[in-house]
Amino acid sequence: MSLIARHLEAHHIPTLVLGSARDILLAGQPPRACFVDYPLGHATGKPFDRADQADIVRASLEALVTSATPGALQSLPNRWADDVWRTQAGAITGQDTRQPRDESPQFQLPGDRAAALASGALRVG
Amino acid sequence: MAVQYMQAIAARYLSLGYTPYRWFSAQTPPPWSPVTKPLAEMTLGMLSTSGAYALGQCAYHYKDDTSIREIASDTPDAALRFSHITENYLVDARLDPSCVFPLETLRRLVRAGVVGRLASHVLSCMGGVYSQRRVREEVAPAVLTAFQRRHIDAALLVAM
Repeated sequence: MSLIARHLEAHHIPTLVLGSARDILLAGQPPRACFVDYPLGHATGKPFDRADQADIVRASLEALVTSATPGALQSLPNRWADDVWRTQAGAITGQDTRQPRDESPQFQLPGDRAAALASGALRVG
Repeated sequence: MAVQYMQAIAARYLSLGYTPYRWFSAQTPPPWSPVTKPLAEMTLGMLSTSGAYALGQCAYHYKDDTSIREIASDTPDAALRFSHITENYLVDARLDPSCVFPLETLRRLVRAGVVGRLASHVLSCMGGVYSQRRVREEVAPAVLTAFQRRHIDAALLVAM
């Protein structure tokens, strides 16, 4: 995402990157960034917690407007309910959790394929 | 203390006998484009790397898929789907997309007057592209073109 942010910014589009991997954000140095210390997959809030989601997105947008130092990373104060997830996220051993590098579209639900065929977004053959 | 993902993932892959993953590490200061409007007057763009697509669109594949999706900003959450090589991170997002694809959250902020308006379409891509060259040469230019077409004033970029 840092590469994309830098490209946009070089072409006159101001950006703010919001993410939950602090070390990756620091390495990539996007022009403006906010860090929320949540498990990956939750950068814009806890599931079904509308107040938390609005709080994080609003704080990030305010940082977009107020950031004045290129490459600075602002940490948001929001906290996950527990720290259990950190053990697995930071484990240095374990299985590869990625899916196989398959070159066919990986639809979430079986009906999605039919909808993509019907719209013409997916063509067979 | 924040999780050290780069260190942990590098060690995990090494223990499995994989080639070390090369993260992007900036060697130059970031470019900078000033914000020229208050938030309440902006047309805002959004990109999420969570692999979101709308019902009727094609899902992503899992081998360096560099394509993007333009998703209409009035798409209901019930029509949002996710496909991503690290779909283990999307268990909650598949129940509540606003965890990582804040379209409904942004609509609420527009209704509350915090944000001026959303672009007619927001963007999505599948963040698991392992070639920095292909991100630079394919993903980033496609995102730029799509944002320029929507005449946005600034963009919120949500990394998964």
